Amino acid sequence: MATLIKIRQVVQDSWQLLEPTADGALPTILPQGDVIVPLALWQRDREKLLARGGRLGVWLQSSEGPEAIADDLAQFEVIAVSFPKFTDGRGYSTARLLRDRYGYRGEIRAIGDVQRDQLLYLSRCGFDAFSLKEGRDPQAALSAFSDFSEAYQGAVGQPLPLFRRRFANAPDGMEWS
Amino acid sequence: MYIYDAIDQRLVDERVAQYRDQTRRFLAGELTEEEFKHLRLRNGLYIQRYAPMLRVAIPYGELASRQLRKLAHVARTYDRGYGHFSTRQNLQLNWPRLEDVPEILAELATVQMHAIQTSGNCVRNITTDHYAGIAPDEIVDPRIYCEILRQWSTFHPEFSYLPRKFKIAFNGAQMDRAAVRFHDIGLRAVRADDGAVGFRVLVGGGMGRTPILAPVIREFLPWQHLLTYVAAILRVYNRYGRRDNIWKARIKILVKDLTPERFRDEVEAEWVHLKDGPETLTIEELERVSTRFTQAAYERLPASDPGFEWQRQTNVAFARWVERNVAPHRMPGYAAVTLSLKKTGTPPGDATADQMDAVADLADRYSFGELRVTHEQNLLLPNVRQRDLYEVWGEARALGLATPNLGLLTNIISCPGGDFCSLANAKSIPVAEAIQRRFDDLDYLHDIGELDLNISGCMNSCGHHHAGHIGILGVDKQGAEFYQVSIGGNQGDDASIGKVIGPSVAQDEIPDVIEKLVKTYIERRDSEHERFIETVRRIGLEPFKEAIYGNPHQDSASSARQLAVA
Ligand code: SF4
Repeated sequence: MATLIKIRQVVQDSWQLLEPTADGALPTILPQGDVIVPLALWQRDREKLLARGGRLGVWLQSSEGPEAIADDLAQFEVIAVSFPKFTDGRGYSTARLLRDRYGYRGEIRAIGDVQRDQLLYLSRCGFDAFSLKEGRDPQAALSAFSDFSEAYQGAVGQPLPLFRRRFANAPDGMEWS
Repeated sequence: MYIYDAIDQRLVDERVAQYRDQTRRFLAGELTEEEFKHLRLRNGLYIQRYAPMLRVAIPYGELASRQLRKLAHVARTYDRGYGHFSTRQNLQLNWPRLEDVPEILAELATVQMHAIQTSGNCVRNITTDHYAGIAPDEIVDPRIYCEILRQWSTFHPEFSYLPRKFKIAFNGAQMDRAAVRFHDIGLRAVRADDGAVGFRVLVGGGMGRTPILAPVIREFLPWQHLLTYVAAILRVYNRYGRRDNIWKARIKILVKDLTPERFRDEVEAEWVHLKDGPETLTIEELERVSTRFTQAAYERLPASDPGFEWQRQTNVAFARWVERNVAPHRMPGYAAVTLSLKKTGTPPGDATADQMDAVADLADRYSFGELRVTHEQNLLLPNVRQRDLYEVWGEARALGLATPNLGLLTNIISCPGGDFCSLANAKSIPVAEAIQRRFDDLDYLHDIGELDLNISGCMNSCGHHHAGHIGILGVDKQGAEFYQVSIGGNQGDDASIGKVIGPSVAQDEIPDVIEKLVKTYIERRDSEHERFIETVRRIGLEPFKEAIYGNPHQDSASSARQLAVA
């Protein structure tokens, strides 16, 4: 079983990621167990997938926004967002919208070209699971979450920007740093 | 100067540690070239033609004397004893060793400096008017907002892998001195009828291959909404900006493709969700940030100093320098002094470590230890007493920093070009020098009057050639270095994009071409008060084209005749 970084720990991954074939065809037979299906498969086989009984996740390509699944969030235990290249930053906004705007509370997983040096930003945007690019040591990557001990902006998990927290801690306007 | 608090400092220190580890992993083979490239770039480290280049951030161009001394030290210790001040108000070091960069960053961190986001597809150094805080025509001090936005955009988790680089400029004065129309986002301070401060928001300007003047997408944004509105713009861009073609990835293409109206609708729709959220700015935060700026302890002085007036009337050379390189100050009896980095024979924007040290001393003695870097690649002493101007002039002259050419043809803006930059099509520094040599007669130069001449070594336009009254662009013509000349560009309130006047020319022809352009202008201007740009606008390109390429009508007439004969 592959490993996964989940809530800042290395764990075994019980989920199976279904991918279209090289020519783009969607799988017709579903495997047993927990599956994460491409958005297109969800859109095509929605009823079949719901009737199937196993745990269900969906994954979005970087060009696919959260709007496509906004009404169905309750059906998914995992939403994976793909990074075809780590420089493709659309997934960061996707995750923030899933958390901030659509209130999704399940797992948001980063898949594809996911590397150590993206982990902190990804987690601040709402990702809580990371399937690292092949060959990367997840254990060694864990330190990335503590590269920075503070952040200026508000983000998922800490919606208040630093400037609001400064004043919350010192209501008379005095600084505490 | 903004002074870091403990958290600002900690974040910069943590960045040094992070980058040190990234370098270590790269050198140990744990990161590929390509992976490390993206990591080093967002720390300003390029691999250039001959060596790495490190771009150090000078946020909105503000620099303290101790910081400039540190830059001198770094240039001396880790580089070849000089640095290049860029049009982005940053400093570029051309010869650091990749292995030394973590140490350089650690040194910079000791004086509250860094190289964070000086490259990469993220929000870059925010620029502003170099007279910010001292300009008589100021509406608000833009540095406060620049700093707030600097903090907010630093390590922004959502907007660090944008389709392309992202440049924001602020202007806080009546007159635009920050080239807001040439930026991805331009913000212009405006005061509403009831006195409330806000910003006019312009989006999608830029130079490069597709020069565009940014359209206004919001006439008035109350200052409280600065961060949430910028977030809305960035989110729309991050989601919908093109990523398939690097030449079409800037936000200007998205704005153009959608049309500014539809782009604005997208932004406003996104903003509905963010508006009044936790990132809405508070008056307390505005005050907190402004009190972290050092305040110059100005003396109460008369508006004009008699000694200064007398020297000005009796010394022509001094008067000329004052006329060009000294600007008015909002405080009576003070002035802002530009130290020119445009001496003929020195690459525009370059300063040696010794000059940096000397300028730091000048700043300490005459300008409350404060300095600015201008986007025209000069240094500025922002707070000089009128009564000290004569002495400052003398010292600046001794340092080779008193070329009285601000606003004139030889105050050339130039990128490093083919001598350093691996993206260049052609060299720019020798072209700048050849032009400066041709126009070395000061009387003639002053007679020509205001003329901005900008040179870029390639379409990336780091030398802002589109915005020059005369713009020169290096192009590649079957492997040879050629130059395309444009005229009619302008920065500021009536910004415009220069138009190419004809086929590109060889490097050694450039001084002649410029001379012909200038001659044509002098012959055709309606008085010496009409500036070059105004003449171009009034009479159009034709007379200039004709001066350089001959009369096209005659040519076409004669070729038509030839055709008829054939
Ligand atoms: S304009 Fe081109 S040649 Fe000049 S510095 Fe920029 S990228 Fe290099």
